[in-house]
Amino acid sequence: MTNRFDKVVTLQEALSHFRDGMTLLAGGFGGVGNPPTLIQGILDLGVRDLILISNDTAFPHIGIGKLVTERRVKKVIASHIGSNPNAGAQMTAGELEVEFCPQGILAERVRAGGVGLGGILSDVGIGTIAEKGKQKVVLDGKEYLLETPLTAEVAIVHAKKADRFGNLVYDTSARNFNPLVAMAGDITIVEADEIVEVGELDPEEIVTPGVFVNYIVQSEGVNWRWAWEK
Amino acid sequence: MGVGEVKETESYRERIARRAAMEVEDGMIINLGIGIPTLVADFIPADKRVMFHAENGILGTGPSPAKGEENAMLCNAGGFPVTLVPGASFFDSATAFAIIRRGLLDMTILGVLEVSQNGDIANWIVPGKRVPGMGGAMELAQKAKKVMVVTTHLDKNGRSKIVRECSLPLTASKAANWIITDMAVMEVKPDGLYLREVMYPYSVADVIGATEAELKVEGEVGVFR
Repeated sequence: MTNRFDKVVTLQEALSHFRDGMTLLAGGFGGVGNPPTLIQGILDLGVRDLILISNDTAFPHIGIGKLVTERRVKKVIASHIGSNPNAGAQMTAGELEVEFCPQGILAERVRAGGVGLGGILSDVGIGTIAEKGKQKVVLDGKEYLLETPLTAEVAIVHAKKADRFGNLVYDTSARNFNPLVAMAGDITIVEADEIVEVGELDPEEIVTPGVFVNYIVQSEGVNWRWAWEK
Repeated sequence: MGVGEVKETESYRERIARRAAMEVEDGMIINLGIGIPTLVADFIPADKRVMFHAENGILGTGPSPAKGEENAMLCNAGGFPVTLVPGASFFDSATAFAIIRRGLLDMTILGVLEVSQNGDIANWIVPGKRVPGMGGAMELAQKAKKVMVVTTHLDKNGRSKIVRECSLPLTASKAANWIITDMAVMEVKPDGLYLREVMYPYSVADVIGATEAELKVEGEVGVFR
């Protein structure tokens, strides 16, 4: 067993868990909270045919959007791809399969996967094409859609701070999907801006308990320009 | 600039936002969509204290930061930097949607591709042409207590976006309560769509003529300037 009280590894060690065709869950929302160093590592590694589960496909040159732009993704499960025209163009050309899921339901499906539930019931999207292919369940006379849990072979997460056990603190709105994604990977790899010793984080401030985390790498920081930066 | 003050150079977008802001009540929890909805925040008078909700996990977003003072990690759901107001909180996206599904959002203000006379909203897909995805729009339109649509009355080809029946796939059915456009203020009631105000200088006849949906008129129709 790896040392549970020191999960810090090199980027190279972390990248040994990626392979062609794998399912990849990524935290982040519009690029904010996507882990930049891991994403650059995945690009440099050259893996392709990824099945990406993420809220969105960010922007063409930002975060997880780069994997789409570089054609490393064959299927995406997301709520929105509108900010990345490359995703739309590849979808229209039949090169990228896109499965849309309402945003809050996507969050709950990832959460369900992460917390060991077999599915969730929701009435979101009933009467729209979002109900296509979903089993309907009637409970106390009310109709629901059965939403299935999502997990992935590897989940990648951005945190502001991690201790060596993997306890995580997030950075303002970069939290978004990250705590959900952190729970839902067969292997969860965290990229942290700051890595501290076990005991340095206040237990009250920890959002994700380290038990969900397998590996931690040191972030080298954002290596793109944000869409709002002129 | 407060409600009631009209800028000489006010755009139609600002006028729609200024009218929409008049429906905002003190204490409301509100989600603003991208585009014209975002402008509404600028027109809410200081004596009304509200909390803005963002799908990415913030309750209590404030105005845009000054240039050079942005925190790249602190953004709204559209990806633009924001500030916080006192009492703001951060949470994950599951909690952001718990707030919506649980019915704790008093108002959502959103744009549309089409809205029908019974309140059906279509705003996430033009099959084969533009397929951005629904994002959080289904939850917002289906679950917010009051759903306010702000939009241009006509699309780029001059066709009415206020229709009898949506031709595009729906975001949510029977969802819209108010529709505010550059031509009119309309209310969706169980028995149909009512014209409440016209936007100066349009007349009631202008609005009815430009609207594909069946518009009901009862009593006096106001003029919003």
